[in-house]
Amino acid sequence: MEAAGTLSGTGVMVRTRHAGRAVWAVVVICAIAFPWIADFYGFSFYISVATRALAYGIAAVGLNLVLGYGGMGSLGHAAFLGLGAYASAILSTEISNAGAPDWLASVPVIWLAALAVTLIFALLVGALSLRTRGAYFIMITLAFAQMIYFVFISFTRYGGEDGLRAPGHLSLLGLDLGDEKTLYLVALVCAIGAELAVQRLLDSGYGEALIATRESEPRVTALGYSTYRIKLFAFVAGAMLAGLGGAILTELTQFVSPSVMSWQNSGNLMVMVILGGVGRPVAGLIGAIVYILLQELLSTWTEYWSVPLGIFLLVLILFSRTGLSGLLSWRRAS
Amino acid sequence: MLLVEQCLNAIQFGLVLFLISAGLTLVFGIMDVINLTHGTLYMIGAFVAATVARTTNSFLLAIAAAVAAIAVLAAVLEAGIIRRIFGRDHMSQVLATFAVVLVMNDAARMIWGPEQLLVKTPQLLSGAVTLFPGFGYSAYRLMIIAVGVAAALLLYVLIEHSRYGQLVRASASNPEMARMMGTNVDRLFAVVFVIGGMLAALAGALLAPIFAVQIGMGDDVLIMAFVTIVIGGLGSVRGAFIGSLIVAAFDTFGRAALPPLLRGVLPPNVASLVGPMLSSISIYVVMAGVLLWKPQGLFPVRA
Repeated sequence: MEAAGTLSGTGVMVRTRHAGRAVWAVVVICAIAFPWIADFYGFSFYISVATRALAYGIAAVGLNLVLGYGGMGSLGHAAFLGLGAYASAILSTEISNAGAPDWLASVPVIWLAALAVTLIFALLVGALSLRTRGAYFIMITLAFAQMIYFVFISFTRYGGEDGLRAPGHLSLLGLDLGDEKTLYLVALVCAIGAELAVQRLLDSGYGEALIATRESEPRVTALGYSTYRIKLFAFVAGAMLAGLGGAILTELTQFVSPSVMSWQNSGNLMVMVILGGVGRPVAGLIGAIVYILLQELLSTWTEYWSVPLGIFLLVLILFSRTGLSGLLSWRRAS
Repeated sequence: MLLVEQCLNAIQFGLVLFLISAGLTLVFGIMDVINLTHGTLYMIGAFVAATVARTTNSFLLAIAAAVAAIAVLAAVLEAGIIRRIFGRDHMSQVLATFAVVLVMNDAARMIWGPEQLLVKTPQLLSGAVTLFPGFGYSAYRLMIIAVGVAAALLLYVLIEHSRYGQLVRASASNPEMARMMGTNVDRLFAVVFVIGGMLAALAGALLAPIFAVQIGMGDDVLIMAFVTIVIGGLGSVRGAFIGSLIVAAFDTFGRAALPPLLRGVLPPNVASLVGPMLSSISIYVVMAGVLLWKPQGLFPVRA
């Protein structure tokens, strides 16, 4: 995109950038107004669906950083979503059991702690998995995610297979997160923040290094960088976004079960990123919204909604002849 | 006594795991295809076996039907989908086969319903065999061990000592070169894919009387098989064999021995919390250890 900008002259670039900003401003305003629009037209049910889409969207923004920009095919991303969800549910349960002061059960404390938990696990999993690449990496991230899944299944203290109920909504500056419009707006702020943060990161020198690593590891190594560290940073950052998404999910459903971490859910996240356009800006958010909406619509139509969904995905993948790398080069060409 | 029984359990589980992972590792080795549908083939094999066993009361017929049905399904899958994703990046393969899993899991739920199917062990094998005075072991599990050993031997002879096996090995270690030398790698792969599916179906059918047959049973097995072939080295049948036994041993003894061991060391409330957790993750810890030591697995196929 940058190369195209310099070639066609800065005037065009500035104009398209202005146009782009106007479009995004409209999108954001619509997104903010969405709950009231939904209320007005009588589909308020979709407010919580939208919040779920945003929570998954944040996780998918993280996966897009790992998969799309970092070129790391992680098939265990849902584990970090689940870790964030569990960490926030477990912490608030323990806080309410211990009778600790109320301010502890607040969004800043609990969500930051959930992020810290995700950070530690992601460092461990990433440090080990990134010793390998390609197909090994895919299978190993899958295996570690399954391991974390089994840990929570055997955690009978926190519900085991049945899952864990959160003790109540967290506090945030006097807002009532039990109100679905408020929670939606909080999730929206987080989603926009996550997308902007990732864009910022990609525009930095680090972002250049990450994309260069995806394109050719030997070259980046030759320049004196440690590609291992570059990739590990992206892996951990992407995982932490998933953790944030998980914490939002807990707040939304007031419940977390191990199935959030199942490998199908990792597959779902991956599909979201692909649908949105892997390695392109806002892919995670768009993909998550489309995928969750598809799931919702198909499930009102048939109980076996995975069948049409799977066929749709299959057609999409089989008939984009050049595959996903083709999508990437198509972006570069445009 | 208990130790002998656990050893036999581990061997039985390891052999079944080998039946499943042998196909998976060859499919990856020859065509560089990550195939997530393998666990689903195993599941559908088990469902077919359960249905036939319940309607005809013949266990042999059930196994034959499962293997035959999956052979057809695998051939269709190979021709319709897998063949189209050769040479694509691993991500596309993961997504395409993930989509197939979504479809097949729900299709199976449509056909067989969400409930578990229970299968009786065949009359002939329902008792215990006295292996030595005072020690009996389930006849059915012994039969599984026998079948597993037979299948492993057959595969060994086929792969190490037949012309066809030589071609398979050559294609796994260097597909381009094998193609240059005139091997029809695509057809070879189709055959290997179908045989791999049949072995998975055999495993599913054999386990049907031991485990409940239900939707989703293939998923855990698929990931265990992945752990196995990552430990053994992708593409290596010998690696899959050793890996299966290692995974089975750690899993079986982890579940049997770890909790009592921990109870001896840790306070009871901590032990009851940590015990089941550690035993359920032991195989992943082993995998992590092997990767730290040898990132390409124990028997790397490609240099």
